[in-house]
Amino acid sequence: MNFSFTDEQRLLRESVEKLVAAEYPFEVRRGLAASEAGFSRELWRKFAELGWLGLGIPEDAGGVGGGPVETAIVMEGLGTGLAVEPYLATVVMGAELLKRSGAARSDRLARLAAGELQVAFAFAERQSRYELANVETRAEPEGGGYRLTGAKSVVFNAPAADVIAVSARTAGGPRDRGGLTVFALDASAHGLEVREYRTMDGLRAGEIELDWVRAGPDDVLGRPGEGLDVVEGAVNSGVVGACAEAAGIMARMHRDTIEYLKHREQFGTALATFQALQHRLVDMYMACELSRSMAYMAAVRLGSPETTEAELRRAVAAAKVQIGRAGRFVGENAIQLHGGMGMTDEMPISHYFKRLILIDRQFGDADHHLREMAGTSP
Amino acid sequence: MDLVLTPEERAFQEEVRTFLRERLPPDVRERTWTGARMDKEDQVRWEKILHERGWMAPSWPVEHGGTGWTPLERYLFEEEMEAAFAPPPMPFGVNMVGPVIIAFGTEEHKRRFLPRILSSDDWWCQGYSEPGAGSDLAALKTRAVRDGDHYVVNGQKTWTTAAQHADWIFCLVRTSQEARRQEGISFLLIDMHSPGITVRPIRTMDGGEEINDTFFEDVRVPVENLIGEEGKGWTYAKFLLGHERTGIAGVARSKAQIRRIREVARSETSHGRPLAEDPRFRERLAEIEVELMALEYTILRIVSAMNAGTAPGPEASILKIKGTEIQQALTDMLMQAVGYYAHPEYPPPEPGANVAPVGPEHAAGLAARYFNWRKSSIYGGSNEIQRNIIAKMVLGL
Ligand SMILES: Cc1cc2nc3c(=O)[nH]c(=O)nc-3n(C[C@H](O)[C@H](O)[C@H](O)COP(=O)(O)OP(=O)(O)OC[C@H]3O[C@@H](n4cnc5c(N)ncnc54)[C@H](O)[C@@H]3O)c2cc1C
Repeated sequence: MNFSFTDEQRLLRESVEKLVAAEYPFEVRRGLAASEAGFSRELWRKFAELGWLGLGIPEDAGGVGGGPVETAIVMEGLGTGLAVEPYLATVVMGAELLKRSGAARSDRLARLAAGELQVAFAFAERQSRYELANVETRAEPEGGGYRLTGAKSVVFNAPAADVIAVSARTAGGPRDRGGLTVFALDASAHGLEVREYRTMDGLRAGEIELDWVRAGPDDVLGRPGEGLDVVEGAVNSGVVGACAEAAGIMARMHRDTIEYLKHREQFGTALATFQALQHRLVDMYMACELSRSMAYMAAVRLGSPETTEAELRRAVAAAKVQIGRAGRFVGENAIQLHGGMGMTDEMPISHYFKRLILIDRQFGDADHHLREMAGTSP
Repeated sequence: MDLVLTPEERAFQEEVRTFLRERLPPDVRERTWTGARMDKEDQVRWEKILHERGWMAPSWPVEHGGTGWTPLERYLFEEEMEAAFAPPPMPFGVNMVGPVIIAFGTEEHKRRFLPRILSSDDWWCQGYSEPGAGSDLAALKTRAVRDGDHYVVNGQKTWTTAAQHADWIFCLVRTSQEARRQEGISFLLIDMHSPGITVRPIRTMDGGEEINDTFFEDVRVPVENLIGEEGKGWTYAKFLLGHERTGIAGVARSKAQIRRIREVARSETSHGRPLAEDPRFRERLAEIEVELMALEYTILRIVSAMNAGTAPGPEASILKIKGTEIQQALTDMLMQAVGYYAHPEYPPPEPGANVAPVGPEHAAGLAARYFNWRKSSIYGGSNEIQRNIIAKMVLGL
């Protein structure tokens, strides 16, 4: 057992921190979030040059190796800067999905690692809430391929995506665990419509309509009918990435709050001198540390071949519960302790808060994962 | 002890219900129900209906247009208003400056200002907080210097809610430097249309613009706009803080929110069933309901004591803390109920634009409301400051 970073991981962490410090002052983030594209293509190229986009992709497929711990390091660092670049969608989840490609595998992964391919994963639907097997979108066999019809909800990075992975039912009833198939669709496919919008936390997403969209047998990710494995694999990666991002956000919010209370004076003294507030800052600090431990625990479990399916399920669910609850505690208190300033759009803290709170909504909230832990999901 | 309403009290309740059923405009109700932002015109339209019925300011003395209701009747009225999704009158005139004018203003002040508050012809805003004076209000620096029969006001107020809509602002200003900071503060009424006033909107994290910076540059204010004595403003401000505190708990509004959550949960699904049937969801809601009940019966204890003639004391701080905690928990549950549809940013719909919202209609604006409602534990004396008040005034620490 050794739950500390290797030298290489430490170097990676430093390089992410350096880039965020140098290139991601909050005003840059604000500008990017408001821009047409919603993120910086230029920074994305830089991520590619630094090798971050190839993390988690084997070297023989154009990547640089590494796994969930490495992508978690990047996510945590990007969280610190509240980056809007779609690393979670394209690298953390996208690479995981495209690894299951057939003939196109190395081409797709190489393009992804080179920064030339953006990915979105459309797995949620109106009625599904957080239940991954709950899929009504249908893929019907036609010729040697399929035709997809249905609608997908809140698909992050859909506006920029070149490839949109879609879960669809090739057999079974709407909640069956079997009978799902995941397809990698070309974003420009005929019949695929994306209604684009901004999210509360400054990202881009879309609602997707599929109207008799054609897919070939080569477009299937993994095996037909066994798509739930593919979905769960990508979502587990997504959860771990989001937990690491949240850990970065929380640490940053905590640090900013300490700074604010050291400088804000009321009653003739810095607010940081009030013991009631000091204790609050301590509780926030503990929540941050515990969350960070859970994020990396889940990353290690996810990357380790020794982890059983049951262990992984527990690790991922537990991390998401911890992050959801601690995120709310740290976030709400950071706003509270900033007083009126915390409510303003002008202060970065409110933007960090929005992302942190919405991370709890992504891939299932704390209540959902608590039930996964307890084995009481209906 | 007895928790049953008397026949008279029940008749009163029925009278209020009937009025609300008949007179509350459906579009106003709809906006309150969905939490959509209200235009000033909508608010004024509704306030004028209340005024016509004589119910704009129930707690004021009858001779100034109040109702003469008992504290319990006033409580029942507030309950029915919230339950019917009728927006309460803007607080700044009716609940804040009005009672101060009644208690400390001149006859001229009363004649000039009170009727226009009741008729909603004047809108007021509150100019207390400054960049350097939030929780520590006595640190305020805005100066009013006497110049003949005027004060000349210079300084900055901040977080001023509704300043962009207001005709008047009631301000705490410094009229002299004294050893005790609470002295030398005066309570001044300032016409918002005066030259030298600039209002700059402050955007909040939910995208709204309900608060502002308000700047005063050589603003000339007639001395007759001073309330009471020069230098005694702090006393009047404190009087205001102790006034009419039972409403801040928002119990009836929270009950109405619970109804809304149930309705949303009936249209959402979880594991193939309506979310409203989900045991975990129901238990969470029930937990909040228990807290709300405990708060409600605490208020009823206070209201009963008031009926018997005891003024509400600093224990009203309990109502502010617990009331806002419950309200915030409910905005959180409402957001949680819509799952992924907390994410989309819903710009306020342009009037006339017929764009279907992203996702289910009931989800629009729920996350924004959660983010916006974080304010409730910050303003009106933050919940930390309320705890300090209880520690000092109630527990004697
Ligand atoms: C949406 C909104 C609307 C508002 N509308 C108005 C308005 O119309 N008119 C108006 O005059 N003002 C208004 N306010 C201002 C509001 O009253 C102040 O924000 C509030 O008094 C807190 O002051 P502050 O923001 O300067 O925070 P600070 O006083 O700087 O406090 C920051 C944090 O420190 C805590 N703190 C401060 N002192 C202590 C202590 N002694 N012990 C423990 N904790 C402490 C606070 O509770 C808070 O969490 C509004 C504020 C908001 C957010």
